[in-house]
Amino acid sequence: MTELFYDAAPNATRVAPERPGPRTYPAKPPEVTLFGTCVVDLFFPEAGLDAIRLLEREGIRVHFPQEQSCCGQPAWTSGYVNEAREVARAQLNLLDNGLPVVVPSGSCAGMFRQHYREVFAEEPDTLKRVDDLAERTFELTEFLLHVCKVDWQDLGQPTQIALHTSCSARREMNTHLHARELLGKLANVERLDHDHESECCGFGGTFSVRMPEVSGAMVLDKTRSLRESGAVEMVTADGGCLLNINGSLEKQKQTFRGRHLASFLWARVSGEVKS
Amino acid sequence: MSQRIPVKELTDSFRGRAVGALADAQLRTNFRVAMDSLMKKRADAFPDEEEREGLRELGNHIKARALSRLPDLLEQLEAKLTENGVHVHWAETTEEANRIVHTIIESKQGSQVVKGKSMVSEEMEMNDYLAERDIECLESDMGEYIVQLDGEKPSHIIMPAIHKNRRQVSKLFHNKLGVDETDDVNELIQIGRRTLRKKFLEADVGVSGVNFAIAETGTLLLVENEGNGRMSTTVPPVHVAVTGIEKVVANLRDVAPLLSLLTRSALGQPITTYVNMISGPRKADELDGPEEVHLVLLDNGRSGAFADAQLRQTLNCIRCGACMNHCPVYTRVGGHTYGEVYPGPIGKIVTPHMVGLDHVPDHPSASSLCGACGEVCPVKIPIPELLQRLRQENVKSPDEPAVVQGGGSKYSWKERALWRMWMALNTRPTLYKCFLWAATRLGKLTPKNLGPWTENHTAPVPARRSLHDLAKAHLNAEKTSGDRS
Repeated sequence: MTELFYDAAPNATRVAPERPGPRTYPAKPPEVTLFGTCVVDLFFPEAGLDAIRLLEREGIRVHFPQEQSCCGQPAWTSGYVNEAREVARAQLNLLDNGLPVVVPSGSCAGMFRQHYREVFAEEPDTLKRVDDLAERTFELTEFLLHVCKVDWQDLGQPTQIALHTSCSARREMNTHLHARELLGKLANVERLDHDHESECCGFGGTFSVRMPEVSGAMVLDKTRSLRESGAVEMVTADGGCLLNINGSLEKQKQTFRGRHLASFLWARVSGEVKS
Repeated sequence: MSQRIPVKELTDSFRGRAVGALADAQLRTNFRVAMDSLMKKRADAFPDEEEREGLRELGNHIKARALSRLPDLLEQLEAKLTENGVHVHWAETTEEANRIVHTIIESKQGSQVVKGKSMVSEEMEMNDYLAERDIECLESDMGEYIVQLDGEKPSHIIMPAIHKNRRQVSKLFHNKLGVDETDDVNELIQIGRRTLRKKFLEADVGVSGVNFAIAETGTLLLVENEGNGRMSTTVPPVHVAVTGIEKVVANLRDVAPLLSLLTRSALGQPITTYVNMISGPRKADELDGPEEVHLVLLDNGRSGAFADAQLRQTLNCIRCGACMNHCPVYTRVGGHTYGEVYPGPIGKIVTPHMVGLDHVPDHPSASSLCGACGEVCPVKIPIPELLQRLRQENVKSPDEPAVVQGGGSKYSWKERALWRMWMALNTRPTLYKCFLWAATRLGKLTPKNLGPWTENHTAPVPARRSLHDLAKAHLNAEKTSGDRS
């Protein structure tokens, strides 16, 4: 029996990666690149534009390379590694100019910061560039809070909101902490907790179409707890969750809606009220 | 929601069974309530985050070290156990393991077996195997007893009957045992106990699982809360322990942190009510204990997982069940939906090695990759990463070597072609922009029915202008106004 093992991958045992310490943040840079993400690009472009406005408000020049597309996550999580890798490579090449990269989505930022290492695991030379990109990648709320150290005056009317954070944003980027702290800076905004706040909304990319019944049960629960929180609207820093939650609310003929955090923040600090 | 699924699939696939489970309001409530309480118990058992994370790291390292020396530790375990007077048997398949157990029982002319809780014996379907050979095998763990009485399988690895509430158990006891219905949990437990007590005394053989097999001392460690494990392993004249080969650890020192992680992660307990350490049969001067002790070490696909550096991490598992307690999918569909012995996130990564990925092709997809499981795993198994890896193995084309048995069963050239198109679109900026142009102009033509998506959502309508478009216009305007000033 034990001879079975002697042939098997010797010394191949993996140990969990070391826990990262708290991230150290650079001083506010003069220029950044915005990676818009494919979902924002097509479904929530205004949120992307509001992210640009928020950054410009801090005196930062924003670049938006027109060659950008998708981070590669959909193919990666579906098991199509080669396809994911080539799409990832295109973004890696595009973003290879040393500028900080700001992403208005926690899960895409997490893809850059955590999963590109797995995507390019077999290319040691590429990994150096992957690490460099990871070091320069910031989710929008994280960047506004810790790099720009924003000091805002809330120009909006008093309101109560619920915050939903995508699972990868929460677990890979700590976006829930950043977003909470950022919202805390707005004097007239009260953030209300909702039931099972840390639970997944059921999106999960292709999961929502491969397992529509389970995913549907999850989003029903999520929208119910959001509505029952007493908040007038939900904000989130993730396009995927927003597509899922708003699409479900509309299907249920509910009036409650979510919006992208970037748009919410811009409305509060600019005083612009959009329909 | 279920009308789109053919009847056959209703029982044959994860998705089909999930439809049934989701429609069962009582089941949904039972799981939600139980999992919420278990999550709270675990959280309360680890009040200090630093301590918890440090302990998880230690647990991970202990298991990794044990796995890196697995062949040596197994040989050491065998030598030490043999020295202690325990008979050690090796089984590559569940069939072999069952034959070994049956042979032992037969050699004693036994006809009654009493069993402590053991997931490996579930893996072997030992009860059925023995029943076919006229040997009665009675479950002595209360939860296992309940599911056995109802002709079911466990729905959770720690709490086998968690899908039932007290009223359902009461009704079951009333129907099967002829006792009065009662809402009193204590009374229900007493009813079970009275039946089981007699069986412990009558049994020819006691069967149990093992939580940790300690190589240095040749000790089998078994934790439990009901005392049935101790009864099963000490009262009958023969004790047969069955376990997977990944349960071996180097020494007793390694057990302390793992045990603490196990009981706190599973039920939020600092320690279980009973901790049994079995180091051999009754000695000449001892008053009790079995005359014979056997250990069956089962592979059943584990060596397949072991052979791959990434998948090997699956074998870190100490079977606490925390991953299922925290899983939003498991909480909604329950354990039976998985259709296999091990449900939940751990089931999804361990089962393919046992039965072949082609037998559970939907398991890797039945996850939103939310990461709750990996976050709570006491031995830091990167479960979402392994699910992603299994998805990869699932869609491999026939000309790629299969690493996991039964890999490649979800390969479809059509889907591969779609992802190729997606790749072309996202690696060629001109093509991508053409796509954006078309999608934003034709957004209004988005069909109302988009298959599974529109079962739960309205169809998403692309914006009239993409961010590419808006950003370009905005940044150009900035530039112009900047140039002017």
